[in-house]
Amino acid sequence: MRPENQSRRSFIKGIIASGAVASTGGLMFISGCSDNSSIPASGSVERLISLNINGTVRRVDVLPNETLAMTLRNKLGLTGTKIACDRGECGACCVLLDGVSFNSCSMLSHSLTDKNITTIEGIASPAGELHPVQTAMIEELAPQCGFCTSGQVISAVALLDQNPNPTRDEARQAMAGNLCRCGAYDHYLNAVLRAAGEIA
Amino acid sequence: MSTKDMMPHFDLFQPSDVENAIELLDRYGAEGWAIAGGQDSLAWFKDRVKRPVAVIDLKGIPGMTGITETAEGLEIGALTSLTEIANNTVIQNSYSLLATAAGRVASPQIRNIGTLGGNICQDTRCWYYRSGMDCYRAGGNTCYADTPEGQNREHCLFDADRCVAVSPSDTAPALVALDATMVVQNSDGIREIAAEDFFIGPDVDIERMTVLEPGDVLTSIKIPARWAGATFYFEKVADRATWDFPLVNIAAAIQLSGNTVEDIRIVCGAVSCVPRRLTVVEDIVRGSTRDAETIDLAAGASSRGAVTLNYNHFKIPLMENLVRRAIRDA
Ligand SMILES: Cc1cc2nc3c(=O)[nH]c(=O)nc-3n(C[C@H](O)[C@H](O)[C@H](O)COP(=O)(O)OP(=O)(O)OC[C@H]3O[C@@H](n4cnc5c(N)ncnc54)[C@H](O)[C@@H]3O)c2cc1C
Ligand code: SF4
Ligand code: FES
Ligand code: FES
Repeated sequence: MRPENQSRRSFIKGIIASGAVASTGGLMFISGCSDNSSIPASGSVERLISLNINGTVRRVDVLPNETLAMTLRNKLGLTGTKIACDRGECGACCVLLDGVSFNSCSMLSHSLTDKNITTIEGIASPAGELHPVQTAMIEELAPQCGFCTSGQVISAVALLDQNPNPTRDEARQAMAGNLCRCGAYDHYLNAVLRAAGEIA
Repeated sequence: MSTKDMMPHFDLFQPSDVENAIELLDRYGAEGWAIAGGQDSLAWFKDRVKRPVAVIDLKGIPGMTGITETAEGLEIGALTSLTEIANNTVIQNSYSLLATAAGRVASPQIRNIGTLGGNICQDTRCWYYRSGMDCYRAGGNTCYADTPEGQNREHCLFDADRCVAVSPSDTAPALVALDATMVVQNSDGIREIAAEDFFIGPDVDIERMTVLEPGDVLTSIKIPARWAGATFYFEKVADRATWDFPLVNIAAAIQLSGNTVEDIRIVCGAVSCVPRRLTVVEDIVRGSTRDAETIDLAAGASSRGAVTLNYNHFKIPLMENLVRRAIRDA
């Protein structure tokens, strides 16, 4: 279902953008590659979008069918955000949207223009000073393999922003969307409560 | 199935008003797909089981978010997130049944993005169907769940018709118990549908879970003041406290005078393709005191007519016990 009259501008943009895609790494080619050069229907989204990530506006070429996790990792080099299940079932990919956590594997990048996104790379201060949550996780030896850690940090930061002094049970509920295959849950919880003590 | 790759291509539209969204949905018909939070939809696309040509993102429509008190009760925009509903003080104070149910959905991250509209309109979780098998619901001519080998622990007890899938939603039973109304708009105008009539079984249409057809947008959900401040009970039983869909859930709104049940609406989820209103239970307890005899009678009657599959017998005592608790502990 392609419209006959498509503007020259969006056509040229499509061509430029499909060239840009060729340099974005193998993962993008596993599927849908034959579609990459297809001409978008009129009125559908532009591929060149601005995303405000960690306080910086980034111009990036994004496919309409691309999730934020893909954009972060493969287009913007922000590989601190992990993809584990890629279907909302683990929390490894979670990032903040105006301070609220969500799974970046389950959100189209295009839905996030005009929003403030914070990834794990934006949690420490620009000078590199760790967030109290990060320090507490080190102190409590919370991570084991570390794969779930960036998601755990994000959920803990979101919680303490809203509720600086949670009970252990409140913290457990707030962290419930982050699976840890190493089973280090209690260590992460200890760290959340330690960080709460330090922030308060 | 490896899923760490791109979804197949689709064209994405971001309409800024309902009319434009409807126009796009009409233009693409069965090849169009509306998304709200996308928490149900994107997995379908990743698995290549549903392959829309055009995705119409409703999230940019400003009038469809928010919780408003009206003369008749409450109006909730379909795009309101489950977290907002769980945390809203008006809902917590007067319609806590819905706040509790919304707070029991999926995980915190999913509730932050998933919408009430999406939670109601989500498709069934039968894994044969979700994994793309050509079962009845997918337009084929067999049901893989209802076979001697079929894994049907999560499937239905009531009203099967070829398909034995269940309604997976936690908020739907709460909305039926609160006697909510769905406000639906299409190019012909706006219509209002009682929550109880919004969900449909396979006998009505085996390929849909709700009355919505291509081109229909659920714009808001109205909750009548009728049950505001009633005595409520919601309980969900699932394998894990987070993420897992209900094995059975129960939502009850009860008007008590002393220990006598003046009126009641009680609805059970995940036992049939639609949230199942337990009118037999309502008739037994309405006008009675909440004594052991009445409660036992009601609990026993709740599962009357259940037809089990190979692996879901456990749902009968589960359902009966949830009914018992809902009436006794509310
Ligand atoms: C890991 C996981 C666990 C989950 N656990 C639970 C659980 O325990 N309990 C539970 O109830 N749910 C659960 N869910 C489902 C989840 O809650 C829903 O997927 C979510 O609420 C859907 O909201 P959404 O806005 O993201 O929907 P979307 O994916 O955007 O939409 C879902 C469907 O509804 C349609 N739709 C959405 N909004 C409208 C509208 N306004 N008008 C017309 N059609 C519309 C879409 O076309 C689509 O077909 C789980 C999901 C995941 C991924
Ligand atoms: S229960 Fe329904 S959805 Fe599942 S395999 Fe059978 S027909 Fe398909
Ligand atoms: S990778 Fe996003 S939730 Fe698991
Ligand atoms: S530390 Fe290994 S998955 Fe959590």
